[in-house]
Amino acid sequence: MVQEKLISGDTACFHCGETLPGKAYHLDNKNFCCLGCKGVYQLLSSHQLSDYYVYNDVPGQTQKKQATHFEFLDEARIAADLVDYTDEHVTVITLYIPAIHCSSCIWLLENLYKIDPDLTQSRVDFLKKQVVITFKNTALSLRKVVETLTAIGYEPLISLQDVVKEQKSNTAERKLLTKIAVAGFCFGNSMLLSFPEYFGISGLEQQFKDFFGWLNLAFAVPVVLYSGRSYFESAWVNLKNGVLNLDFPLALGIAVMFLRSIGEIVTQSGAGFVDTLCGLVFFLLVGRWMQQHTYHHLSFERDYRSYFPVAVTLIKDLKETPVPLSDLKQGDRMLIRSNEIIPADAILLKGFADLDFSFVTGESEPVQKVLGEVVYAGGRQLAGAIELEVVKPVSQSYLTRLWNNETFIADKDRIKTFSGTASRYFSIILLLVASAAGIFWLFTDPSKALPSFTAVLIIACPCALALSSPFTLAAVLSIFDKNKFYLKNTSVIEELARIDTFVFDKTGTITNPEAADLHFQGTITADQKQLVADLARNSGHPLSRELVKWINMPIQYGVMSYKEMVGRGISGLVNGHEVRLGNAAFLGIEHLQESSAVLVMLDGVFLGTFKAAQQWRPGFKGLIQKIGNQADLHLLSGDRDHDRQSLIPFFPRVQQMHFQQSPQNKLDYIINLQNFGHKVLMFGDGLNDAGALRQSDLGVAVTDNINNFTPGCDAILDGASFAKIPQFIQQAKDAVKVIHFSFVISLIYNFLGLFFAVQGILSPLIAAILMPVSTVTIILFTSISARVYARKNKLL
Amino acid sequence: MNMIYMLIGISILLALIFLLAFFWASKTGQHDDTYTPGVRLLFEDKPAAEKVSKSDEDHL
Repeated sequence: MVQEKLISGDTACFHCGETLPGKAYHLDNKNFCCLGCKGVYQLLSSHQLSDYYVYNDVPGQTQKKQATHFEFLDEARIAADLVDYTDEHVTVITLYIPAIHCSSCIWLLENLYKIDPDLTQSRVDFLKKQVVITFKNTALSLRKVVETLTAIGYEPLISLQDVVKEQKSNTAERKLLTKIAVAGFCFGNSMLLSFPEYFGISGLEQQFKDFFGWLNLAFAVPVVLYSGRSYFESAWVNLKNGVLNLDFPLALGIAVMFLRSIGEIVTQSGAGFVDTLCGLVFFLLVGRWMQQHTYHHLSFERDYRSYFPVAVTLIKDLKETPVPLSDLKQGDRMLIRSNEIIPADAILLKGFADLDFSFVTGESEPVQKVLGEVVYAGGRQLAGAIELEVVKPVSQSYLTRLWNNETFIADKDRIKTFSGTASRYFSIILLLVASAAGIFWLFTDPSKALPSFTAVLIIACPCALALSSPFTLAAVLSIFDKNKFYLKNTSVIEELARIDTFVFDKTGTITNPEAADLHFQGTITADQKQLVADLARNSGHPLSRELVKWINMPIQYGVMSYKEMVGRGISGLVNGHEVRLGNAAFLGIEHLQESSAVLVMLDGVFLGTFKAAQQWRPGFKGLIQKIGNQADLHLLSGDRDHDRQSLIPFFPRVQQMHFQQSPQNKLDYIINLQNFGHKVLMFGDGLNDAGALRQSDLGVAVTDNINNFTPGCDAILDGASFAKIPQFIQQAKDAVKVIHFSFVISLIYNFLGLFFAVQGILSPLIAAILMPVSTVTIILFTSISARVYARKNKLL
Repeated sequence: MNMIYMLIGISILLALIFLLAFFWASKTGQHDDTYTPGVRLLFEDKPAAEKVSKSDEDHL
């Protein structure tokens, strides 16, 4: 055990567990991968917070990424939007921290007062990845609080949209829980009070019978008027629109049961159906609650507001002042630092713009802009700081206009569910049978007409029917959840089973954005690699960084007379050798220019080329083969077509691969497919796919880190589960099978009940037995068979 | 036999109290986070190491 610990400590960072680079950092006999991790350790151990490392091994996250600036939090207006509560002494703020992932995180974040006593209280909500912090605002500023969190490796994600959405959903769920509690309470009590009647009360105790009846009726009132109210409302709204949904027979059943119970109890002619009624509403609400699976840390409705920063730095009178994004005006001069996003269309005034537009356009390579050029919003600056003049406010930028496009706002047609279709026929047949029974008895024995008519409506009340979909789909939803496939709601599953056309975006969706596979064409010695790495270390360009990571040698030499030509290459003197890295024009040689390639020249001699091949996500090939058999595959890329050749094996129909597609092109392409009657599933990841994701029958956002921004969609898929897509589709199809079968089961129960009902001999006892038995059968059957199928599909 | 009226009244009252307790718990947000309190329970409340040694000295 000790041995094992030592080995892992020797090769991995003590803080974050990443493999140590060639040159590691050391402190207290511990190794760290970077200065950031070492800094966090130092800070924690100096405040007696080393227990952080006791609860879990390597609890930290890598600190290698670039620092963010929080000056904007000093701006009173921005801060006021973010805090929950503030007075003269204390401020309370809820922060969303994506890095929260283990018990060490909880422990550390709830012991913040040890770092700074002015952080009086902090409480973590682990599942929501939120921390509520109370601090003394006389001693600390909001910015200081956030910077302290960042210093210990827990940088909060501050965006205006995410903060707002949280509060709303909570009250709806609480209300439903209260309704379930009321229904359950009444169900239990009324069942207890109904037992004597079912087991037979002797004639002497007739007075109790009345008493129990009236008590039962008292229990029925809150269930019908409070808990079951939504069924009446929904049925009424749908009836007005000429739709017969499943809520109609449910509402009818509840109403008839309630009225008949009142009649029987008041006239002392029977015991009524109160316990059946309460049980029905209780089970129905539980089914509804099951369906409302919420993901606290995910949002399916994100738009540009959560992608853009909260504030931007303006340069006014030679001073830097942060302002909220909504206050940005035409003519303002913005300062965009390295790794920040340009929030509005602007003209470049100062500095070299090397912009990563991959998220906005799908173009995988950085775009260079020269002074005076217009830069569209959404690009991320890769090189140093730049200054730009705003030409259009945020709300009218190219990107935001795209978002406000009418087609995107228009709500998607409601997905057709099986239970929706079936309930239409069910309602009609139910009414026909009930009337037929009533009319038959009217002519043979009028005293039985009303009892048989109402009995049919009561016994055929489709409780089991209404539960088969929610319970099956809720089970599948949680199975998908375990496999890192997160669905917006349960109807997405039924839609997934119907898909016949798949459309893929390229950059970031089928390619892995982080891992590019480098290889060297030509010959290079280890010493020469050392020189290349030491030169490339100085550049912030993604390819240079990839190169350094790939060569993976500790720094050995400094660089003299370093030069960087944006978009062309870098050069410098390393250990007395002149090294040049870049494209052919920069090296001054004739060479076939390829994308994502770095040419190497040492002392004027061309050595060869580093090539970065796009790496497909693991399992992409198998996935394409599997779903290619049953469905049509299309590719829509915003990128240029330099990967066309390597994609041909995957997409045999070459005419279905499209490159250089604008967001509008993508959207139109989807509409076109739909016009041919296809059910389209779109896989995308960036803002440029947002329109297509919304338009498609099912939009799936693929992301490597579910805490990152994803555009509005129906489902979010973790990149790690990309290869499981065929299994997900099979599971969805199996789920539909389970629903169909459980419909058959509940119909059998309904016919059994109808046998008694049409004869006018339905006793409350039979109803009280049939209803729970059918419900429990359905719950057991759906949950078990959904899991059996999941095991067959290797999802469990 | 009239005792039954009272007994039933008491049993319903008891059940009502539990129902109200549930409402109160739900309203004060006790069902909002069902995970973190369980983890929090397991952390040890270690007093800071230096404080302990100081108090020992005082006793001596």
